[in-house]
Amino acid sequence: MKITGAEALIKALEMESVDVMFGYPGGCILPAYDPLLKSSIRHILVRHEQGAGHMAEGYAHVTGRPGVAMVTSGPAATNLVTPLCDAYMDSIPMVAITGQVSTTAIGTDAFQECDTVGITRSITKHNELVMSAEDLPLAIRQAFHIATTGRPGPVLIDVPKDVLQNSMTWHWPTDEEVQASLPGYHPTTKGHPRMIKEAAKLMLAAQRPVLYLGGGVLKSRAAEVVREIAELLNIPVVTTLMARGAFPDSHPLCLGMPGMHGTAAAVTAMQKSDLLIALGARFDDRVTGKVSAFAQEAKIIHVDIDPAEQGKVRRPDVPIVGDCKLVSIEILKALRELLDGGEVQADIAPWRSRCSGWQEQFPLAYEPSAPGAALKPQFCLEQIRDHAPEGTILVSGVGQHQMWSSQYWHFDEPYTWVNSGGLGTMGFSVPAAIGAKVGRPDKTVWAIDGDGCFQMTAQELITASISNIPIKVGILNNSYLGMVRQWQEMFYGERYSEVDLGGGIPDFVKWAEAMGCVGIRVDSPEEVAPAIERANSINDRPVVVDFRVEEFEKVFPMVAAGASNDDIILPPSQNERREYLR
Amino acid sequence: MSTYPTPQRHHILSVLVQNKAGVLARVASLFARRGYNIFSLAVAPTEDPQFSRITIVVDVEGTTLEQIVKQLFKLIEVVRISELDPQKSVERELFMATVRTDGENRGQIVELANIFEAKVLAVGVDALTLSLEGSPEKLDDFEELLRGYGIVELQRTGRIALPKLDREAHSRAVKGKAS
Repeated sequence: MKITGAEALIKALEMESVDVMFGYPGGCILPAYDPLLKSSIRHILVRHEQGAGHMAEGYAHVTGRPGVAMVTSGPAATNLVTPLCDAYMDSIPMVAITGQVSTTAIGTDAFQECDTVGITRSITKHNELVMSAEDLPLAIRQAFHIATTGRPGPVLIDVPKDVLQNSMTWHWPTDEEVQASLPGYHPTTKGHPRMIKEAAKLMLAAQRPVLYLGGGVLKSRAAEVVREIAELLNIPVVTTLMARGAFPDSHPLCLGMPGMHGTAAAVTAMQKSDLLIALGARFDDRVTGKVSAFAQEAKIIHVDIDPAEQGKVRRPDVPIVGDCKLVSIEILKALRELLDGGEVQADIAPWRSRCSGWQEQFPLAYEPSAPGAALKPQFCLEQIRDHAPEGTILVSGVGQHQMWSSQYWHFDEPYTWVNSGGLGTMGFSVPAAIGAKVGRPDKTVWAIDGDGCFQMTAQELITASISNIPIKVGILNNSYLGMVRQWQEMFYGERYSEVDLGGGIPDFVKWAEAMGCVGIRVDSPEEVAPAIERANSINDRPVVVDFRVEEFEKVFPMVAAGASNDDIILPPSQNERREYLR
Repeated sequence: MSTYPTPQRHHILSVLVQNKAGVLARVASLFARRGYNIFSLAVAPTEDPQFSRITIVVDVEGTTLEQIVKQLFKLIEVVRISELDPQKSVERELFMATVRTDGENRGQIVELANIFEAKVLAVGVDALTLSLEGSPEKLDDFEELLRGYGIVELQRTGRIALPKLDREAHSRAVKGKAS
């Protein structure tokens, strides 16, 4: 039976079990929107193509399934560049479909033509310009296979208009045909047995071990087995920004987040460690600080599915290429065998007590606001956290509010934290929260945003209102680009350059209402809890709470860019205790 | 004058790729994006038209080389990468140059070409175009000697390479079969 390329495209997406896609129609992709009318796939019409991309990411974050975005050629494709790069940096499985001018017009600078595959080459795991309708089903199958296996990432399929219009004979490629079409793609998932044994031995011998969990633990769904390893050997755990929730914050072994704004305990434990067991983590500069001064006495076990991460920043003593979950299962097995065989773990009780000492001496801390003074952003977060229904998903933008979110929330379940880690994309929060809510409609989704971030993508709340996606947005509104302001205060002699967002404009409540949301403004501490309770009780439309917070609040602890983690800047109230960090 | 990288830093990567549109762009943009420098590059289809071989000479230290190889291998269309040890491979390159001559030194240049077994491709009133195929080192030597006469234009293809055949291994295998 002959069908059009457009019908084949939609059918292929259905075959890949796509239940929802985020998109925006336009010239070249028009043919694909016609068969969509009778498809089972729910299409969410966004207000800007960037929103479609971040929604697809948010959806993928919380469901583990690839997010799908479909937009037209030219400016629509370039608007997708930011989310693609974001997904690439954070290894988010995503499939993007872009329209392209007809094959005969390619290269002529036709209307809305751009070199989409050229532009997105370095920010996608793979991309492909499909030149014939017959090739579409295989291209789509390859895209989903590549996006979701190995190290996940975004894949873009660029489809010229005539390819969508031409007719073809439907054929759905078999697994074997997909494999054969990708002769160079065989991700290693099983770790090397000798390396695994070696790792287990080092873990038993270590006196100051730390489990360093990265986003790969969540991607491979390894949280449970990793917890078994931690509990078997009582090894302290740090969870990076991409791994928040991979290990419960409430667990006695959890030291919290390491890195530039990590807890003093997590940062210092890594610095003093004699063995870092890095699982699905990539030694990002925000974690290591000055690399040459990072965890100098530590041996490194590095488990990562991407061989290029091994030795990219720090040379591992035991490199293990493989899927975090599969490797962790094998490591656990090897540990049990060694212990059953009479091997004894080194005494790490002194190390444990040092770590707990740091935790006790250096908790996350802020000065509560004096009576009548401005609200503290940390207080707002604590209140949202304490009023949140079980399993609430937290989504943040990028900046101070992101760091406070990561610090003050208690993440006790995997897949309850969505944020832009590697790329640091301001404006991520609102659309990503919408995608997360679409993926998990059963859960409460709170987006925590800054007033700077919110103004970048807020129009997607119209999408949320119209498509009945009732998210909640808490704006920590300090009328400043807070993180930049903090750097200017600390590192540029308080010379504030272009960071004042002009307090008072816009009126976020009116703006929220204009977009079909409930808007609530909060100025004083006693208004916080009632506002949150009200927001939590509204489920028929999005809610925006404008928390007017203290302008000059800073994020602590902090390791200055390029500084050693030893030189962590503590909150002023903890400075006199600094010597305990040794 | 550009000379070939020093032996410690010069590495030949023989990269087997799917013969598809855009693959060379992918490889080249990966080098640009990660800040690696390509010294020379040669691309052509292999005996199997589904695949092409890209021979890349890079000028880097060991750790960077490891990253290059790993990053290259992440490209979906890259099927196999082998690093060819210059000691254990045969390398060839083609060189063409147009050299200025006056009547007097034409004979000297032709003589030099004969010594190197180069070919005279074209003869003009005041210039000669020569070609030479051989190892890159031999081409370097020839280029240096020609330079004194005045090179008008020069073009080199970049090297291609294959592993040297291991005669011992082959004979062992044959022996194994016989017994």
